[in-house]
Amino acid sequence: MTDSDGRPAERFWRRGRSGQVFAIAAVPVASVFLALVVAALIILASSVITTGSIDWALPFVAYGALLQGAFGSESAILATILQATPLVLGGLAVGIGFKAGLFNIGGYGQFLLGATAAAGVGAALATAPAPIAITAALGAGMLAGAAWGWIPGALKAWSGAHEVVTTIMLNSIAAALIGFLILGPLLAPGFSFGRTGDLGNSALPIILGDNIHLGVLLAVAAVPAVWWLLYRSTLGFEIRSVGANPSAARYAGMRPRFLIMLTMSLSGLLFGIAGSTEILGVSHFIIPSYGTSIGFDAIAVALLGRSHPFGIAASALLFGALRAGAGLMQVLAEIPVEIVDVIQAIILLFLAADVVVRHLFRIRAAGGLADLKTVTSSYAGRAR
Amino acid sequence: MNELASFLYSIPVLGVVFQLVGYLVATMPDIAPIYVALAAPIALGALCGIMNERSGVVNIGIEGMMLSSAFAAFLAAALVAQAMGPTSPSPVFGTTVAILVGLVAAIAVGMLVSVLHAWLSISIRADQIISGTIINILAFGLTGYLNRLLITPNPRLGAGIFQPLVLPDFLVDLPMVGWMIKGFFAHGPIAISVLFLVTFLQLWLFRSRWGLRTRAVGEHPKAAETVGIDVIKLRYRNVILGGIFAGLAGAYLTLEQSGSFQNNMTGGRGFIALAAVIFGRWTPLGAFGAALLFSASEALRVAISLNRPTGELGDVVRAIPPEFYTALPYVVTLVVLVAAVGRSVAPAAVGKPYVREART
Repeated sequence: MTDSDGRPAERFWRRGRSGQVFAIAAVPVASVFLALVVAALIILASSVITTGSIDWALPFVAYGALLQGAFGSESAILATILQATPLVLGGLAVGIGFKAGLFNIGGYGQFLLGATAAAGVGAALATAPAPIAITAALGAGMLAGAAWGWIPGALKAWSGAHEVVTTIMLNSIAAALIGFLILGPLLAPGFSFGRTGDLGNSALPIILGDNIHLGVLLAVAAVPAVWWLLYRSTLGFEIRSVGANPSAARYAGMRPRFLIMLTMSLSGLLFGIAGSTEILGVSHFIIPSYGTSIGFDAIAVALLGRSHPFGIAASALLFGALRAGAGLMQVLAEIPVEIVDVIQAIILLFLAADVVVRHLFRIRAAGGLADLKTVTSSYAGRAR
Repeated sequence: MNELASFLYSIPVLGVVFQLVGYLVATMPDIAPIYVALAAPIALGALCGIMNERSGVVNIGIEGMMLSSAFAAFLAAALVAQAMGPTSPSPVFGTTVAILVGLVAAIAVGMLVSVLHAWLSISIRADQIISGTIINILAFGLTGYLNRLLITPNPRLGAGIFQPLVLPDFLVDLPMVGWMIKGFFAHGPIAISVLFLVTFLQLWLFRSRWGLRTRAVGEHPKAAETVGIDVIKLRYRNVILGGIFAGLAGAYLTLEQSGSFQNNMTGGRGFIALAAVIFGRWTPLGAFGAALLFSASEALRVAISLNRPTGELGDVVRAIPPEFYTALPYVVTLVVLVAAVGRSVAPAAVGKPYVREART
């Protein structure tokens, strides 16, 4: 946990488990706090612009409403959990990529294809027995996401084209492709707008409250599963080795090309699950212009969680709470929900500028972001 | 000539290809200005990328820089236009004070965001790809937030728009080159400037002392430092100057192309620009060529929508779903990128923060 500048990190590692947690969580927590302070300043500034006078209470009103909307009632807490579900899955997907030295910005496309595949298969099996229909729809979503993730993996493995550019191109292609699919082969007749058919038995059952569906359990289960894969399995060891040092991994007999393709497929698979559960559990059909910011949100979740499955779960809950509370904040304080995107970006900004954060709070623990040297050094096709 | 054409067109299967070529030759004079206009923001974004990467800094935040500049351009121009009331535009490019203020605001914001990128990636030595990602997310969030707060409640805000240059008839009517002149110069000032900026940067990069130093810093900063070049300062300067191009690209989108701002209106052009940098082998002229290649497929879509081809070619075109044309620029970018990577070599120090006195 020391970095190249030899920052003093060891001290905290000697303090046992609680010290370890503090060492890992200190900078992220401080960054979240600072981001909320900066966002409060932005809210103050925007109150000057919109009303002409400064409303000192506005940030408190806004954050109060945010808290109330996220945790104030049972339904608010359930809304937070529901919002966090795709973020957990997406965060794990990006995090597993980071571990292998890969930066998957293609979550949007993988999510959309997974969602469309699940919606299509789900609608086709609407009258089949529920266990079969749900399994098939989820499986189709996973496969579609994994396939869309495999493409940039294969392109990187065999040509060296960097995934940062290829995944973005694949996002736009995916948006066009699902438009074609939903208005073409998957179009349901009898609606005034283009959409896929009703799910019938393929819809995920509700397990808690009004809207907590079975997919939430899937996301919860994915956290320890990914942890086990990364830290307890041979494959995970190979993935992490390739991410830390591709050349060393190759000399040790591992296959970087295979691992790159596999990790990108796994990442796409997780985004595919996120897309399928959103469709099968929440919206129950998909339209051609289905919009989501999951791609970027998942990056923020993975970075804040420092690519560790448990950290990712925690930061997904935080961002889920922000998204769940933002609606009430817009109603009560007239702050546009887009402030959540701003908060998210400022958190990342402080994480990247962790020197500043550690100076402000006298934190001597390790840095803010996961090690992404391999991601950047492979840019433009060198160092495979 | 006509007999040859009709013979070629009638060949089965292959004939459609000849029909396409004939169709393109026939429509090119009309489509050329649109074609160059589509390439302009990509080329400008690519120039920003070249300025960064030639000095050893990866910049995947071009998209965010363009988006924030586009927003700043629209907001500044709209507010000035609102404050000044109706004014008569100048005969040159239909310029108004408001549009000029918008242009300056776009460039300033482009440079400001670049300062952030420079600070994060050069001084803080944060991961450069993360820095770019943060800029993209921040730009998306802030422009979305401010758009909802400031622009959406005032639907009457308008920024005005640059008018294209009206060329004298004798130039456009010149045989052979007339349509090219029209293609490159029947535009507003930003798109016209692209051609000059590309040439200028090409010369600057390969024929000037600054260019030599920049390339040295991008390839081998340690060696550059030993001959007395201040690596940190040069990188800062180049990254911030690069912001001017991203600012122009953003201003182009709002002040020259659409006259309005929509959330996420850059639509991935900043990333296509990145691919253009790679395909253009980190040279301005090459990147401009790549930008033209990437916008060719979109120009084809425009051509087909304006002037539907007839005959067999028309049947083929009608059979293709419209989403295919939407995806085509990105598919072309992807294919070209995959073919180009490996053969074009990035500046050696790209992505590596420079630490003075550090052992390498």
